[in-house]
Amino acid sequence: MSAADRLSIRLKLARKDFALDVDLVLPPHGITVLFGPSGSGKTSLLRCVAGLERPAQGLIRLGHEVWQDDSKGIFRPPWKRNLGYVFQESSLFDHLDVQQNLAYGLQRSATPGSADALARAIALLGIGHLMHRKNAHLSGGERQRVAIARALATQPRLLLLDEPLAALDLARRHEVLPWLEALRGELRLPMLYITHSSEELMRLADHVVVLDTGLVKACGSAQEVLSSVPSPVIVGDEAGVLLLGTVVERDACWHLAKVAFDGGAMWVRDSAMPLGQAVRLRVLARDVSLTLQETQDSSIQNRIHGCIESIAEDSHPSQALVRIRCGTSALVARVTKRALSALNLTQGAAVWAQIKSVAVIG
Amino acid sequence: MEFALTRDALDAIALTLALASATTCILLVLATPLAWWLSQTQSQWRAPVGALVTLPLVLPPSVLGFYLLVAMGPHGPLGQVTQALGWGVLSFTFTGLLIGSVIFSLPFAVQPLQHAFEAMGARPMEVAFTLRAAPLDAFFSVALPLARPGLVTAAILSFSHTVGEFGVVLMIGGNIPGSTRVVSTQIYGHVEAMEYAQAHWLAGGMLVFSFGVLLALSLMRQRSARVLP
Repeated sequence: MSAADRLSIRLKLARKDFALDVDLVLPPHGITVLFGPSGSGKTSLLRCVAGLERPAQGLIRLGHEVWQDDSKGIFRPPWKRNLGYVFQESSLFDHLDVQQNLAYGLQRSATPGSADALARAIALLGIGHLMHRKNAHLSGGERQRVAIARALATQPRLLLLDEPLAALDLARRHEVLPWLEALRGELRLPMLYITHSSEELMRLADHVVVLDTGLVKACGSAQEVLSSVPSPVIVGDEAGVLLLGTVVERDACWHLAKVAFDGGAMWVRDSAMPLGQAVRLRVLARDVSLTLQETQDSSIQNRIHGCIESIAEDSHPSQALVRIRCGTSALVARVTKRALSALNLTQGAAVWAQIKSVAVIG
Repeated sequence: MEFALTRDALDAIALTLALASATTCILLVLATPLAWWLSQTQSQWRAPVGALVTLPLVLPPSVLGFYLLVAMGPHGPLGQVTQALGWGVLSFTFTGLLIGSVIFSLPFAVQPLQHAFEAMGARPMEVAFTLRAAPLDAFFSVALPLARPGLVTAAILSFSHTVGEFGVVLMIGGNIPGSTRVVSTQIYGHVEAMEYAQAHWLAGGMLVFSFGVLLALSLMRQRSARVLP
C-alpha cells in the first residue's frame, strides 16, 4: 500500500443549502463509504471527483495523477479521468443492447487488456447470460450489475458508486449486495460508495467518511468510525459496531463457528464457512450487556473482556452508550444510566461484555 | 374530363418534391446543432435566439417573404453579396426559394429536436463522459441516437411544411413554371384561370398527402411515445 496511490480530495463548493468543504486523503484500495443524510453533499463530492462538476477551488489527485488543481490551473475533463462511475438510477444506454453497452467504454479506453478486464467483470458480476438481451428485459438489479461491469471494462483506477442500490426494491438490493461484496474482495482499486443505508454501510465499508451539510464529521476505518460513541454514525436500534474476524474453529456438533478477532473471539451460527475465511460481524449496542465478573452460569456464552473507553449520552435520557475497548476492536453497549451508577462503571473500568446476539454479514 | 395531371402539374410536383427534399436535408444539418445549443445553453442569448427561430411560426409568410425579397434583391445585403460572388440575384430562382423555405420551416425542424434533447436530460451525456467519450463523440454516439424520434419528426414536419408553403414562395419565387412554380402556387394559378378541374386534382392530392403525413406521425407517436411538438 504505497502512499503514492492515495486519492486526495480537497474542495470547496458553494451550494444553495450547504457549502461543501472537505479535505480527505483516502486509502488506495477497499470501499470507502460516504455516509450521511440526503443533502449532505455526498453526490456533489462524487461529481466533483469525476469532473462532472467543477468546484471553485479544488485539488483532486489520484497517486501522481493530478485531475484538478486550481492553484495551477489544471482541470481534466471527465473523459480524461481514469475512473468508472455508477449512477443511482439505471444509466444503460437504451439505444444499445447489453453487449453494446458493455463495449461502449471498452472501445474508448485506450488501455491494453481492456477486453480481459471486461471478461473478468462479466464473470465477477455474473452477467454472461444477459449479453444479447435488450435493456428493457433486464431487472433493476441486472441493469445495475451491467452498469458496474461497463464501468470496470475501462480499467478504471477509481470506481465511484452513487447509491447504486437506492432505486432497487429490498429483494433486488439483496440480490446485488453479494456481487458488490465480491468486488471488494477481488478488485485492487479504491471505490467511493455513497449510501445512506446502514446495512450497506455495515456490509461493504472498509473505510467511512461521514458527511453532514457539506462537512466531514468523521473519517477513518469502518471499525473505528462505527464504534465511536460521542456521535454515533448510526443511531437508534441499528446502532452497533463492526468486527472483522476470521473463522478459526467449527463445531459440527452444535452447528457453531468460532470467529476470532483482535481482542477476542465469538461463537456464531455456522453457515458452512471454511476455516480461515474472513468474516464481518455486526454487534448491535442493544444486544450487549455488561458485568463486572465473568458469569459462568449465563445462557449468553459470548463474553469479551475489555475496559470502558468512553461513555456517552444516548438518544433517550435514561440510557447511555458505553464503548468497550478490547484489543484493537471495540464494542458498544447500550445500558441504562441507573445500571452504570449501580455497578459504578466509569471510564477505565474493566468489564465483561456479554453479547446476546451477533450477525454474520458476509 | 381531360387527363388528370398535365405536363405543368407534373413539373410543379417534381419541383415541389425537389424543394422539400433539399430543404429537409439542409434543415436537419442546420437545426441539429442549433437545437442542441438551445437545449443545453444557459447563455443569455438562449431566449432571443429561441424567439428568433420560432418567429416564422407566427409571422405572416408575406412579411417574411417581403423581407427576404428585399434582402435578396439587387440592392439588398444578401443580393450584394451574391452578386459580388458572381452568383447573380437569387430572388425568383430555385436557390432563392430554397433559402426562403429553410428559414420558413426552421421552427418545424428545431422544436422537435430541441424537445427530444431536453427530454433526454443531462445524464446520458454524463454517462458517456465517464466512459471516456469526448463531447463530440458522445453527441454522435449517444445524444443523436437517443433523439432519433425527434429527428424523424423534424424531417417529416420540415418536408411536409415545405410542400405546403405558399406565401413565401409566391413572394420570393414568383410563379415561374419549371423554376419556382410549386404545387401550391400552381393551384393558385389554376383557380385564377378558373381551371377548377386541375385545381381539384392537385388540391385533393395535397389533402391526401398532408393527411397521410399526420397519420404517420401520430402512429409513430403511439409507437415510441416520444416527444413531438
